[in-house]
Amino acid sequence: MAKRIDVSGLTAYYGSHKAIEDISMTVEPRSVTAFIGPSGCGKSTFLRTLNRMHEVTSGGRVEGKVLLDDEDLYGTGIDPVSVRREVGMVFQRPNPFPTMSIFDNVAAGLRLNGDYKKSELADIVERSLKGANLWNEVKDRLNKPGSGLSGGQQQRLCIARAIAVEPNVLLMDEPCSALDPISTLAIEDLIGELKERFTIVIVTHNMQQAARVSDRTAFFNLAAVGQPGKLIEIDDTERIFSNPSVQATEDYISGRFG
Amino acid sequence: MGTPTQITDTPPPAPQPAIDKRAARGATRPGDRIFLGLSRGSGILLLVIMAAIAGFLTYRAVLAISEDEGNFLTTFEWNTGVTPPVFGIAVLAYGTIVSSIIAMIIAVPVSVAIALFLTHYAPRRLRGPIAYVIDLLAAVPSIVYGLWGALVLVPHMNGLFGWLNDYLGWTGIFSWQGGAARSMLTVGILLAIMILPIITNVSREVFRQVPQMHEEAALALGATRWEVIRMAVIPFGRSGVISASMLGLGRALGETMAVATVLSPDFLIHSSLLDPGGGTFAQNIASKFSEATEFGRDALIASGLVLFVITLLVNGAARAIIARRKEYSGANA
Repeated sequence: MAKRIDVSGLTAYYGSHKAIEDISMTVEPRSVTAFIGPSGCGKSTFLRTLNRMHEVTSGGRVEGKVLLDDEDLYGTGIDPVSVRREVGMVFQRPNPFPTMSIFDNVAAGLRLNGDYKKSELADIVERSLKGANLWNEVKDRLNKPGSGLSGGQQQRLCIARAIAVEPNVLLMDEPCSALDPISTLAIEDLIGELKERFTIVIVTHNMQQAARVSDRTAFFNLAAVGQPGKLIEIDDTERIFSNPSVQATEDYISGRFG
Repeated sequence: MGTPTQITDTPPPAPQPAIDKRAARGATRPGDRIFLGLSRGSGILLLVIMAAIAGFLTYRAVLAISEDEGNFLTTFEWNTGVTPPVFGIAVLAYGTIVSSIIAMIIAVPVSVAIALFLTHYAPRRLRGPIAYVIDLLAAVPSIVYGLWGALVLVPHMNGLFGWLNDYLGWTGIFSWQGGAARSMLTVGILLAIMILPIITNVSREVFRQVPQMHEEAALALGATRWEVIRMAVIPFGRSGVISASMLGLGRALGETMAVATVLSPDFLIHSSLLDPGGGTFAQNIASKFSEATEFGRDALIASGLVLFVITLLVNGAARAIIARRKEYSGANA
C-alpha cells in the first residue's frame, strides 16, 4: 500500500507570491519524514502540494513534479479528487464533521468511494478506530457526535477517518499543536505504529517531536520575509540533530534563531 | 484546587468581603449603569409590547366571538353585518396555510440553491452583483408585487395552469375550469418570489460561516465540490436555513397587499389550487376593515388573533427542530 514520494523542482505560488521554490526530495515508503523550520518557511504549503490541497486556496498553483511511485500527481488528466483519495491528510486543529456521529465520521471517506455493505462498513470502522487507538474509548458511543470527544480523541478520530480509506500516504500538518502533552504522546505512539503501513509526512514545530517520531528530517528556511521558502537539507533524523551538514540547520535546532 | 478534606485546628478564615453584586454586574460607572438600564429597558419593553398586543387582540376577540352565531373555527362564512352575526375562520386558515406552504415549497429549494451558488460556485467578481440584485428584490414594496402579480403574472399563468390541468388534473388539486388565475397557486408563486430574498440572504450568510477546516476535512478525503457541500456545508447550515425559512414563512403568512391585489376572494375552500377564490387572514382584514362596523372590526381582530397564534406556533416548531439537532449543530465544534 505505502508508496514512495518523489518530488522534483517543485515551486508553489499564492497568486504572484512565490511561497516555496525548487524543492526536490524523496520520501521512502513506510517511513516517517518530519518537516521542521521557522514559521512562514513554506513547510505546510509544501505538505499541501503533496495531495493537491494547495490549489484549493484561491490563487494557489504549482510547478514541478510530484511522483507517487511512478504516477505524476500533477500530470495532465489527473483528477485532484482522486489524488486526495490516495493521499490522506490530518490537520492542525482536529476537524471531525460536527454534524456526524463518531461512526459516520470514520465512514465518511468510505461512503464517498463507493458502496459498502453495512457489515463491511462496521468492520472497517472498527479496524480504523483500533488502528487509531481510539476503539476502546468510543466503542460504546459510536452514535454520539464526534465533537463531544476531547481534543486528543478528536484528532485520533480524524486519523481514523483518514486511514479508513487505506491511503498510500498520510500527511500530518502539525497534528499535535492543539493538544496537551498526554494526547500528544498518544498520537506520537500512534505514528510509530502507522508507519508499518503508511508513508507518513509530518510537519511539526516541536523539534523533540521530530526527533522522537521521524526517520528522516527535512529542514526548511527562508532567506527573508517575503522570500520563498527553500529546502535546506534532508537527512536521517539522527544526523540532522547531531551533526547536520549545513550551519543554518544547526543554528535552528540549537535554538540560535527561529 | 488543593486537598478537599484537611483537618486543622485553625478557625475558618475570616469571611471575605462579599463581592459587590453591582460591581460584578459592571454597573458602577455611570456609562455602564446607563447602558445596563437601556438594554434591560429595551428587553422589558419588548415583552410589554408583546403582552399588550396579545391582551388587546384577546380582549376584542372575546367580545366578537361571544356574539358569533356560527362556529368561529368551522364556519364558511363572514357575515358580521347581520344580527345575529355569523362568521368563521376556516377558509382564511386554509388559504393562509396553503398559500404559505406553496410559497415555501418553491422558495426554499431555490433560495438554498442560489445561496450555495453564491458562496461556492459563482466566480468571485459575480458574487457581489448577484447578491445586490437579490437585495433589490427585498426592497420592492409589496403593493408593487401585488400590481405586478395582478397585471402580469395572472394573465401569464394560463399556460402553466393548462399544462397542470392536462397532466395533473386527475389529482383534483390541479384541475382547472379556465377561470382567471386569481387562485391560491398564483398567490403562492407570488409569495415565493417575495420571500426568496430573505431566505437567500440568511442562508448565504450561514453558508459563508462554515469553517474552512470542515470543508478542508471533506476535500482531503477526496470529496468533489458537491460532496463537500453535502458533507460539510449543508449539515452545518441546516439550522440556519430552517431559521431563514421561518423568517420567510412569517412574511408569507402575514403578507397582505400582494395577496389582496391578486386573489379574487370568496368564502369557500376550493379542492383545486387552480380555482380562483379563497382568502387569507391578512387579505381578509385588509379588504374588510375600512368598511367594517365596530363589531365587524372586533371579528376581524379575532381572526388576527388566530394568525398571531399560528405565527407563534410556527416559530415554536422551528425552535424545537433546531434544538433537537443542537448536539450535531456544529455550534460546539
